[in-house]
Amino acid sequence: MTIAGYRIPPMFSLIFWAIVWEIVGRLGLVFLFPPLSHVVMELGQVLGSGQFLGAALLTLKCFFIGIGIAIAVGVPLGYLMGRSDTADKLLGIWVNLFVSAPLSALVPVIMILFGMGEATIIVTVVLFAVWIIALDTRAGVRDVSPSLLAMAQSFGATRWQTTTKIIFFAALPEILAGIRLGVIRGVKGVVIGQLLVSILGLGELFELYSRNFLMEEFWALTLIVFGFALGAAELIAILERKIDFYAGVRHG
Amino acid sequence: MTAAARAVRAISSADAAKPVVEVRNLGKRYGSQVEALRDINLDFPAGQLTSLLGPSGCGKTTLLKIIAGLLPATNGEVFVNGQKVTGPGPERAFVFQDFALLPWATVVRNAAFGLELRGVPVAEREKTARHYIDQVGLSGFENRYPHELSGGMRQRVGLARALAVNADVLLLDEPFSAVDEQNRRKFQEDLLKLRQVENKTLIFVTHSIEEAVYLSDRIVLLSPRPGRVSEVIEPRISRDRSPDQIRRDSAYLDTVETIWRGLRDYAD
Repeated sequence: MTIAGYRIPPMFSLIFWAIVWEIVGRLGLVFLFPPLSHVVMELGQVLGSGQFLGAALLTLKCFFIGIGIAIAVGVPLGYLMGRSDTADKLLGIWVNLFVSAPLSALVPVIMILFGMGEATIIVTVVLFAVWIIALDTRAGVRDVSPSLLAMAQSFGATRWQTTTKIIFFAALPEILAGIRLGVIRGVKGVVIGQLLVSILGLGELFELYSRNFLMEEFWALTLIVFGFALGAAELIAILERKIDFYAGVRHG
Repeated sequence: MTAAARAVRAISSADAAKPVVEVRNLGKRYGSQVEALRDINLDFPAGQLTSLLGPSGCGKTTLLKIIAGLLPATNGEVFVNGQKVTGPGPERAFVFQDFALLPWATVVRNAAFGLELRGVPVAEREKTARHYIDQVGLSGFENRYPHELSGGMRQRVGLARALAVNADVLLLDEPFSAVDEQNRRKFQEDLLKLRQVENKTLIFVTHSIEEAVYLSDRIVLLSPRPGRVSEVIEPRISRDRSPDQIRRDSAYLDTVETIWRGLRDYAD
């Protein structure tokens, strides 16, 4: 990016806002925003505390189980909708509804159904992540080149072979994009779920920090969660770039 | 060996050849409005290269796909080796206009893919694939990916894949239409050479008159809407000369001219 002929370094925007934050914090205008430098120093404290470790482990466990279920359900669901027009008509409206609905509103209902424990948080993660995975998988499956399918048919491929050797790989770029977006939504789900349950994991910590106006700890914890969401999405993006070489040439 | 011997004899005496593929009273409709093919009766003799030639919309690709078992006929029947066609079968192999290669697989896996689908063990199918990759002139490219190859080279992989399954009949759907001109000529010459090694029955769809005359033992001219057989031509061109001599041969030029006169009415 360039402004008035000067090249702006890629991290400039991040640094600019960090400085603004630091100044606002130092002026002591709003007590909600302590200086960024204090927050960063608090990071080590938060990370090192036993409370955080326990909360993080519980969060990660719920997150990965939830994402695992979302992938295990979302990919086959999307495949079904991509291959069968009947399934697409039956399920499409629901999947599209849930992908754009404000799902946070459903968490209290989930809480009643699954109790004030890990199960609720896992279900929340699944609910947040599964629909976008299904929709992207569907798009990938719909987009498989008809000529590749005819080729498989002409060489006598069974339905299973066509699915595992052609459709899966042809749709893989979209499936991975869906999983990446699912992971981002899953982080939202795991945080919102815990905040609403609020007696578990990070939710409990967020409650503790904000109720006691420990803003430095609060922001440090927020930075950690943001960092985790970005990091997890970036890991999937690396995987996506590995198969990028054929994503653009599938029809050529 | 008997099949090969039969095929060799078929080339030397085309008239006595037993048809490998028989098309009987074939018709094809799409919906109730579009009639793609009407009343097609054709024999494809063993070991010969027959071209299906005609303007676009004459149903030549449709006919090829029905023979391949990729499309159902509306009426009539197709027999391959005396067996009625109800779907694709191992005695037929298809070469696709857009190559239909797996972009995520190497040349060798693509060429072996027909055998992979049949459950041939990996060492055996790759050995066969490497043999045919060499035959189509692609040795050295075994571990490349399709997007690293030119159009002509990709279609050579498509041809190697069809040869590797050892089918009696090769069905080629405008195989050179997505290949640039100089590579197309080279590929046509290589295909003629390959025919002397591999005794296959080839059915070849093209819209290029020159290509059909240059390659074919028989040319089936189709007329459009609905597609019908308008004429069957057997260019008597001896193929044991150099490609340049064939292209300057008076029989070659006369046949091109005759077909062009027959087809120019359909030009829009």
